[in-house]
Amino acid sequence: MREELILLKQRALQNLAQSQNLDDLNELRVKFLGKKGELTQILRGMAGLSPEERPTIGKLANEIKEDLEREFSQKTIELKQQLKSQKLEKEWIDVTIPSKIVLGHKHPLTLIMDEIKEIFVGLGYEVVEGPEIELDYYNFEALNTPKDHPARDIQDTFYITDEILLRTQTSPVQIRTMEKRKPPLKIIAPGRVYRSDAVDATHSPMFHQVEGLTIGEDITMSDLKGTLEIFAREMFGQDRKSRFRPHYFPFTEPSAEMDISCIACHGEGCRICKYTGWLEILGCGMVHPNVLENVGYDPERVNGFAFGLGIERIAMLKYDINDMRLFFENNLRFLEQF
Amino acid sequence: MLVPLNWLKEYVNINDEIRNFTERLTMSGSNVEGVEELGKDIKKVIIGRIEKIEKHPDADKLLVVQVNIGKKRIQVVTGATNIKEKDIVPVALDGAVIHGGKKITSAVFRGIDSEGMLCSPEELGLDDHGLPEDMQNGILILPPDAPVGKDIKDYLNLEDTVIDFEITPNRPDCLSIVGMARETAAVYKLTLKTPSIILKEEAEENAKDLAHITIEARDLCKRYIARIIKDVRIEPSPLWMQRRLQECGVRPINNIVDITNYVMLELGQPLHAFDYDKLQGHSIIVRRGGDSEKIVTLDGVTRDLSSDMLVIADKNKPIAIAGVMGGEESEISPSTKRILLESANFAGPSIRRTSRKLGLRSEASTRFEKGLDPNICAMAADRACQLIEALGAGKVAKGYIDVYPEKVNPRKIVFRPDRINRALGTKIPESEMIDILERLEIKIQKTPETAFAIIPTFRADIAKEADLVEEIGRIYGYDRLPATLPQGDVTRGKLQTSQKLADTIKQVLTDLGYSEIYTYSFVSPGVFDRINTPNDSPLRSAIKLMNPLGEEQSVMRTTLIPNMLDVVGYNLNQKIEEIRLFETGSVYIPQKLPLMELPYENKKLAIGLSGKHTDFYELKKTIEILLARLRIKQYTFIQYQHFAFHPGRCARIMIDGDELGIVGEIHPDVLENYDLNAKVYIAQLDMDLLIKKASTDIKFSALPRFPASDRDLAIIVEEKVPAGDIIKVIKGAGGELVESVELFDIYKGDQIKKGFKSIAFSITYRAKDRTLTDEDVNEVHNRIKVTLVEEFNGILRE
Ligand SMILES: [Zn+2]
Repeated sequence: MREELILLKQRALQNLAQSQNLDDLNELRVKFLGKKGELTQILRGMAGLSPEERPTIGKLANEIKEDLEREFSQKTIELKQQLKSQKLEKEWIDVTIPSKIVLGHKHPLTLIMDEIKEIFVGLGYEVVEGPEIELDYYNFEALNTPKDHPARDIQDTFYITDEILLRTQTSPVQIRTMEKRKPPLKIIAPGRVYRSDAVDATHSPMFHQVEGLTIGEDITMSDLKGTLEIFAREMFGQDRKSRFRPHYFPFTEPSAEMDISCIACHGEGCRICKYTGWLEILGCGMVHPNVLENVGYDPERVNGFAFGLGIERIAMLKYDINDMRLFFENNLRFLEQF
Repeated sequence: MLVPLNWLKEYVNINDEIRNFTERLTMSGSNVEGVEELGKDIKKVIIGRIEKIEKHPDADKLLVVQVNIGKKRIQVVTGATNIKEKDIVPVALDGAVIHGGKKITSAVFRGIDSEGMLCSPEELGLDDHGLPEDMQNGILILPPDAPVGKDIKDYLNLEDTVIDFEITPNRPDCLSIVGMARETAAVYKLTLKTPSIILKEEAEENAKDLAHITIEARDLCKRYIARIIKDVRIEPSPLWMQRRLQECGVRPINNIVDITNYVMLELGQPLHAFDYDKLQGHSIIVRRGGDSEKIVTLDGVTRDLSSDMLVIADKNKPIAIAGVMGGEESEISPSTKRILLESANFAGPSIRRTSRKLGLRSEASTRFEKGLDPNICAMAADRACQLIEALGAGKVAKGYIDVYPEKVNPRKIVFRPDRINRALGTKIPESEMIDILERLEIKIQKTPETAFAIIPTFRADIAKEADLVEEIGRIYGYDRLPATLPQGDVTRGKLQTSQKLADTIKQVLTDLGYSEIYTYSFVSPGVFDRINTPNDSPLRSAIKLMNPLGEEQSVMRTTLIPNMLDVVGYNLNQKIEEIRLFETGSVYIPQKLPLMELPYENKKLAIGLSGKHTDFYELKKTIEILLARLRIKQYTFIQYQHFAFHPGRCARIMIDGDELGIVGEIHPDVLENYDLNAKVYIAQLDMDLLIKKASTDIKFSALPRFPASDRDLAIIVEEKVPAGDIIKVIKGAGGELVESVELFDIYKGDQIKKGFKSIAFSITYRAKDRTLTDEDVNEVHNRIKVTLVEEFNGILRE
């Protein structure tokens, strides 16, 4: 019997060594160690043994059983491991295959407008809107630009009737807002504007502006300068220099234009800045007392400042775009760059 | 405004470097747009006198000329035909450089040495327009008193710097050399030189006895001054004057016209010279034009006049359009003997209207229309007469005729230094303010109670305290203002909900692969035909522009679809095949045409799609994602017919009974109109409605506590029964217990009769308050089945 047991162990170990998969292994376990397996068969003969032999054979049988159980679990783990790595090996993929992304892009003018909105909302401004088809009154008259005013020359206007036009500026939103509300006011008004300029690299009959207006008590020209300096730095970089240059607009007095140091040459002078080192980015000024009176404010008690900037111009400067037509051609190869 | 520096220096002693000068003037409000350095390249061109002219022995067309250049004589070979002995001419010596950078060296022409070259006007950079004809094609002949041996550059002022200032429309006073000299003096704290004008008035007659002036249209003409000049000699003006006019961009014509232009450039007051002998009755009447009157202007064009135009007339008829252009008949000609010189003040708005109406703009009209000072008329007339006398162009009659019904006096503005500092945010001392104002010729007058600023009449733009603030601010220097932020009331910065939602919409669409486009708000009226719009469609009621740039941009859009088709087409032509685009923009809907009140500006969202693997359902899915993101749940897609879309592939989208918009495949006819070879899917949604219906209210509802059970069903119905209708019936018949209905299969083919389809749904049942038993579910499920069979005449599949 001892021999039988030892032989069984040897056979079992041999078979185990040859077994290649978990199914074989299970079969073998049943064959050798199962309830009706070979080990059980052999142990049935224990009854015929002498009482002296029984404990030793019993002990041996247990040892063999334990050994085999251990070997089987060991082999199971090995096989499982093997299977797992085979599977993982099979699951190899080429990670360098580029992805096909379909991603849309906001228009560069939207990006600039969003950036401007964010800066001014951060400074306490509210974003308002107004109609693009406007009354002459709001676009000109209320803005201290009566009919036959020479300033109307600069803005060639599309008319629909004698009194209705396509707004040439976002400034009429100032008037509409002031008519409806009491100071203090801090608003910006982005939107489309129209001037009858033929299309070329720097002109478009339709373009976009953002108008800003601050009304309160004791608003100063220095406040205007400070506000716009923050804007210029946020928009064009902290090291960007800016300057305030006197100018003329009918609806502000004093009026100014703001220049920033040239983006291309940093002030040395180049073709882009017409060798001045400066680029004009916006017009601004203190709201003209006539405008305040037109909306029923008392210029002795409240005052304020206004500014207006061209989105296309800023986008062209910021993104280095040299032709305004690109904004309205909508070539996807252009749009996808933003 | 072109300002030659040498001319400016006659009025103010400015010696700064040009870069500093332009910078300081720019920063005080006269923006410099350009600087041109003239005559810099010209070198070694000397004034010489021709001593002797001989024919070239071996060349018919060449002359051998001996020229005295002061210290010596040189020999020059020339092909010129307009020279004679004793002429004074410019000579380019060996090593000279002429205009344009060309170098001149000694040479041998057919065996004869030439030590230089005689120069034409062009070779010195001069415009020859005002010169006698022989000089235009030949050598420049200088006046007999030109100093032989001297550098031509000094004599003709060839070296000069011309600065181009951008003059804002409120400062017509700066459209003159004196005006810019005044600005320069104020900026640099210099004194403006104002030479006094003394006239000889050699003619015996008094101007007053020679002509009669009447102003009938007093509202349009504030002042009219006339001087009379007799024994006039019309000839080219001197070179120095021609040169100055040219530097300012004005063409020389003859001495009299040149003098009027010269004075206009110098003082800013336009003048006009009439041929006195052509004036009927030697009278000038300033009046409105008659509606049937005509005039032939200087340019030879016959112009119709009207009662809103101001004209200068003689006894019989108009002889000039005031301030805009003179008439041909009374024009100065070589035979003119006597002239009437006009120095008048016309109302700006009228001049502006007239010049626009006639399409005539001139140096004079651009000055008048901005509003000039009537008090400079006399000085301008005197200055012109001084030049006439200096040039020997005629004899000036004594005195002048001055019709000036209502004298314009200096304006007074209350001067409150503290208010000015409050507006600027500065602490400029009162004394510094007064100094600045006085440099601008604004005097301060103090009474015990108040101080006044007295504004000279040439500064009509200064009417309010705010204007004084600007004058002080700009001369003090905007660069010296502190940079501060508004104090006091706090306002909260914010975007309105609608703006945030618009941002969300753009974000969703870009995330889904759509790129944003911007297109023009005005379109061609032809777009309506191109998208198959019926004649009676309200879309065709588009607002027309009165003055469009062209037919293609003449009406305000009423739909975004044509613009989207244009852009899709443009990109297809660029060989881009996968196209996903969107635009948010207004359409303009008039209440009534012609427009009496402002139209309704309706924001729309257009989405366009074209590409290999795209279809209607991709666009529909895009819209449904968008709706989901905006938390809009109560919407339906309804099969629909729309002229621009494929009749079987178009849906109308409704939210609670309101039309959100339309989506579909573009009709093949429309594609053909746009020359498109690919299928295009477009949706146009009402963005205002989308934003209105978007829900920002979020309410939590309890998570389900009891299990759900699923049941499938399939039914065979006619092909065109919409799935949406079936789902609606399932929900209706199932009632509260139906939690969701999912369509999972549509089958057409072998086992299904032609014209029919099998459509399969998975229905999820759940009760809020209990676990549903099989019986519960079966009952509802059967009810649904029976209803479906009845409603759609369907056959259930098991
Ligand atoms: Zn530059």
